Amino acid sequence: MVPFLKEQFTQAGKFSMFIGRFFKEIVLPPFQFNEFIRQCFAIGYKSLPLVSITGFIMGLVLTIQSRPTMTKFGAESWLPSMVSLSLIREIAPVVTALICAGKIASGIGAELGSMKVTSQIDAMEVSAINPYKYLVVTRILAATLMVPILVIFADVVGVFGGYIGYNVHGTIGLQRYFSEVIEHLDFLDLLPATIKTFFFGFFIGTIGCYKGFNASGGTASVGLAANSAVVTASLSIFIVDMLAVQITDLFF
Amino acid sequence: METQPIIAIKNLWKSFGKNKVLRGINLTVDKGESLVILGRSGSGKSVTIECLVGLLEADKGKLEVFGTDITKLDYKALNRIRLRIGFLFQGGALYDSMSVRENLAFTLKHHTAHLSEIEIEKQILEALDSVGLQEAIDKMPSELSGGMVKRIGLARTLIIKPEIILYDEPTAGLDTITAKEISELILSVQKKYKTTSLIITHDINCAKMTGNRIMIIKDGVIHAQGSYDELMNSPDDWVRSFFV
Repeated sequence: MVPFLKEQFTQAGKFSMFIGRFFKEIVLPPFQFNEFIRQCFAIGYKSLPLVSITGFIMGLVLTIQSRPTMTKFGAESWLPSMVSLSLIREIAPVVTALICAGKIASGIGAELGSMKVTSQIDAMEVSAINPYKYLVVTRILAATLMVPILVIFADVVGVFGGYIGYNVHGTIGLQRYFSEVIEHLDFLDLLPATIKTFFFGFFIGTIGCYKGFNASGGTASVGLAANSAVVTASLSIFIVDMLAVQITDLFF
Repeated sequence: METQPIIAIKNLWKSFGKNKVLRGINLTVDKGESLVILGRSGSGKSVTIECLVGLLEADKGKLEVFGTDITKLDYKALNRIRLRIGFLFQGGALYDSMSVRENLAFTLKHHTAHLSEIEIEKQILEALDSVGLQEAIDKMPSELSGGMVKRIGLARTLIIKPEIILYDEPTAGLDTITAKEISELILSVQKKYKTTSLIITHDINCAKMTGNRIMIIKDGVIHAQGSYDELMNSPDDWVRSFFV
């Protein structure tokens, strides 16, 4: 039990130092702007199809599944606002972040893990290029900025999916549907939900980089790093979400 | 007049957990010299050169490169020394998401902001010409053979015009003919760029071809040293066993 706890505290300490180094390196020049843009493209743009499909299905399914209950209570007209609120406040941020944990954290973990075990990171180090700044800072920053954008995109596509879902059994015009949605949306529905997505992105990027950067022991560790990155990032999303809900509840 | 050695390792100790890999290594390399370190797998050859460029932190001892003890340097100062040292990794360590051109340009662009694209291209071609692989410029590392990866790795090292080149098992995993070609390439690079070389290998042919002096590591210390012929005729059976 004692060695297990010791190992857990050691890992927690190392992870904290890894995060601390990010905040130190991010303010020190040189800035790897080109690599940052490349990572934004890889993390953001290349995730759009996956996020679009997921967002659309979330809205569509949520509407179709909620409709019978809402009809039973005579609240069918509340369906657009109920679906959009559920999507924007909770479902779209968490599900999109989980999708990103699967795609981005595993991708970063595997890529950096592979670079680590094939000495590519060491090659950067001996070439006097700071691999942490070039590989880690750019990826964490890109994930932190791109995940919120992907979530907002998933929100919009999800609401549209809800419109399609509504029209499976009923009829409503696009303009009226969106009017219903916007009418019941408050600024305070959007703000906390958006703020927490920055934390989701930060942890997805950080955990992916940490697992990859610390891979050791050959090719098996690359798979392990990718797998561990997904599991830890997914868990961290739920923990951050729980904390965000508590904080939102406290202040708003 | 006696000149200062370009590399001087004094009483170097390094452990991994309870495993004491290096137990007081002492060696010097003079400017222009080519020193080969021989030893069995796990004897600490690679650990020695990884300590020399700061990839591993020494537990104890002095690591003087160009007269400066690198164990006492901060990150920036260490990087200034690193730019004067080339390191050829065992597996080549080419960046596999980049083409050969990008691999070579990467280091150059990071450290020479004043160079134009034309000048960078010229230097890339010159480095590739030195290893005889200009035609591979647009290839990806996955399209290269083992020997080509080593050559491109060497070209990437040469592009920063290092004064010292550290070779980690340059012929490992290659067939006899390609291994001989790599050894010849090391010789030609030494001649053309007037570099000092520290070569880690257990390929005796490579050691014979490339080394002015050979050291043999055993149990974390330098067990024997001398020229190829001296060691081959050593009274020590264990030393002679390398040359059989």
